[in-house]
Amino acid sequence: MAVHTSQSVAKAAGDDVARGRSRGTGTPPPPGKFRRALSVHWYAWTMVAPVVIVIGVIIGYPLVRGIWLSLTDANERNVARSIGVNELPATYEFVGLDNYADALTGGQFLGTLGWTLVWTVSCVGITFALGMALANILNRKIAGRSAYRMALILPWAIPGFVSVFAWRFLYNEERGLLNKILGGAGIDGIPWLNDPTWAKFSVIAVNVWLGIPFIMVALLGGLQSIPSEQYEAAEMDGATAWQRFRHVTLPGLRPVSTTVVLLSTIWTFNMFPVIFLLTRGGPGESTQILVTQAYKFSFEISPRDFAQSSTWGVLILVLLMLFAVVYRRVLRTQGDNW
Amino acid sequence: MRRGITATALVAALALAATACGSDEESGGGSKSSGELSGTVTWWDTSSVGTEDKVFKKIAEGFEKKHPKVDVKYVNVPFGEAQNKFKNAAQAGSGAPDVIRSEVAWTPEFADLGYLAPLDGTAALKDESDFLKQAAASTKYDGKTYAVPQVIDSMGVFYNKKMFKDAGVEPPATVADLKTVAEKIKDKTGKTGLYLRGDDSYYFLSFLYGEGGDLVNASDKTITVDKAEGVKAFGVVKDLVESGAAKTDATDGWENMMQSFKNGDVAMMVNGPWAVADTLTGDQFKDKANLGISTVPAGSAGQGAPQGGHNLAVYAGSGNLDASYAFVEYMTSVETQAQTAGELNLLPTRTSAYAKQQAVDSEIVQFFKPVVETAVERPWIPETGSLFAPLNTEYTKVLTGQTTPEKAAKATGDSYRKLLKGWK
Repeated sequence: MAVHTSQSVAKAAGDDVARGRSRGTGTPPPPGKFRRALSVHWYAWTMVAPVVIVIGVIIGYPLVRGIWLSLTDANERNVARSIGVNELPATYEFVGLDNYADALTGGQFLGTLGWTLVWTVSCVGITFALGMALANILNRKIAGRSAYRMALILPWAIPGFVSVFAWRFLYNEERGLLNKILGGAGIDGIPWLNDPTWAKFSVIAVNVWLGIPFIMVALLGGLQSIPSEQYEAAEMDGATAWQRFRHVTLPGLRPVSTTVVLLSTIWTFNMFPVIFLLTRGGPGESTQILVTQAYKFSFEISPRDFAQSSTWGVLILVLLMLFAVVYRRVLRTQGDNW
Repeated sequence: MRRGITATALVAALALAATACGSDEESGGGSKSSGELSGTVTWWDTSSVGTEDKVFKKIAEGFEKKHPKVDVKYVNVPFGEAQNKFKNAAQAGSGAPDVIRSEVAWTPEFADLGYLAPLDGTAALKDESDFLKQAAASTKYDGKTYAVPQVIDSMGVFYNKKMFKDAGVEPPATVADLKTVAEKIKDKTGKTGLYLRGDDSYYFLSFLYGEGGDLVNASDKTITVDKAEGVKAFGVVKDLVESGAAKTDATDGWENMMQSFKNGDVAMMVNGPWAVADTLTGDQFKDKANLGISTVPAGSAGQGAPQGGHNLAVYAGSGNLDASYAFVEYMTSVETQAQTAGELNLLPTRTSAYAKQQAVDSEIVQFFKPVVETAVERPWIPETGSLFAPLNTEYTKVLTGQTTPEKAAKATGDSYRKLLKGWK
């Protein structure tokens, strides 16, 4: 999310410059272009200055510090700390790209990345498909439509950790409701969170449940902005329901769905609370995604390994930026104005 | 394209609404005036919620009666989170308590990181010679004393006497017996024999020691967990779960263990004195006599229960050191220890507290006293508190069938070598 915001600001600024340049009528720009731009656009610059400064402080400083830490061997034992009578200076050293080499050659990062990708793709795919189906259902005139809408937005309205803990109770192998229901039907209980494969299935199910409302509401908004004339025209031309969906609804939803998919992907990739609260990355390390593992390095193991944690954090950032760039490229070639 | 932009804006607005973050911060501190103690003492207790915490809160607040100007703030922090929570707060220099109940293995680590105030010669440490040797061992680091022992403990097998009678079995003396007992219980009552906690490797230690293994050997600086004995011990717990003699969980272990045992879904669990008060609140133990405790089952190399316990330590950055020292002294006094022995069956750390009537009357204290004396001590080095995280991961993996005992022992050993530079 943070990445996205700062990019759009940079982009907005970039657009400004680009527009200024495109106004040139072929003559080489006279000197003092910058000063002239300043005198023309000073108002705009003053307007964005607070945002730029705040983002610089809130995002820029931690980012730079994180990158710096990832190039050192900082951990709990060698960072500076002053506790009452004890003054301890920092003794960590610069180690260059060693941490990155370790992360990219060791099996742990790549293994975790593999599962993180599976998790992201399956969550986003399933959530989007279900959200789309529900949005289409709720876009018709059915009795009690607003009640359904309210009910479907509920998972979103409950604080995340509350719903995740509720799921944890449901999943409990001995006393959970799900296994009680299965037991009632004469089926053996399933080790929802105690078996690595089932645990993966369980975390995805919870995340889908949590993610549907957002997608549904966004797509519903998109659906309502598609003019009904298009549907009428398609019907006049004898298009079937499926054809109408394929050729009217989907293209009409494009601007919304591309944005929604990008956002969901970034969120799901970094979906900390679901994994952390449901399984703590367990059993073993089987449901650990990159973010929760980075958290573990920094807060759960001892001595807390700040360097490795920052390294993973920077790698996550790089991966997501690459994804965003590629995604926009693909969209642009398909004619979307991003 | 305007519509597209509106839709995008809508999505962005929804996105903003869906993100949230929060933080909590609390500042401790206090002031010192001449003569009488005053100010606030914040104490992070890690005892079990529902039973132990009530008693400790009551005792802690009793300190205010002795020192009317001192305000004791009792905070119960879940045991599983306290170590990291304290380290975060201590390092940040804000939000840390004045006094922390520090598990024995955490104490040298906190001391090594410079988070604890040395207690030699302060009001916290009175009649030092009264403390049991085993209990005092973990409070010493680098020639200084950094904590005062509060309770000492070990582990045993808790069993449901009625279920044992129904199945016609006796408490198991060895791991082999444990399996036969579990089988008989399954035949006669349909219930599982043992609950083996699977998300906390502390519960694995008695099996490791029973096979003659250990985590590390501090005297010659070697890693021992990946030796043959360690592999064997992983094999033992794996076999217990796979043969159906024991059941386990990878999450919510404490909760599931206590519920299963209290409801009579399992006949046994491996546990320590800290679980007694909570166990006695269960349906099966309305008659307290139904709870039996015996020694941990012996492995191929004999019996080995781990020695654990808790100390009280003072945060070096506390703004109210004098009151904190006095509070620690009060919380570890003979009277307090006698009271917790009587009400909670916790083992005192002072020799003279064992002579008190409450301790003499508590069967559980009497049972565990010899157990503690022969229990296996861990090396009290700064890294001892770090040994559990890697072991937890591998232990759970073994129990859930994700890895073999050989691989688990090797992986644990490898992470220990990373942790303990230069050890073999």
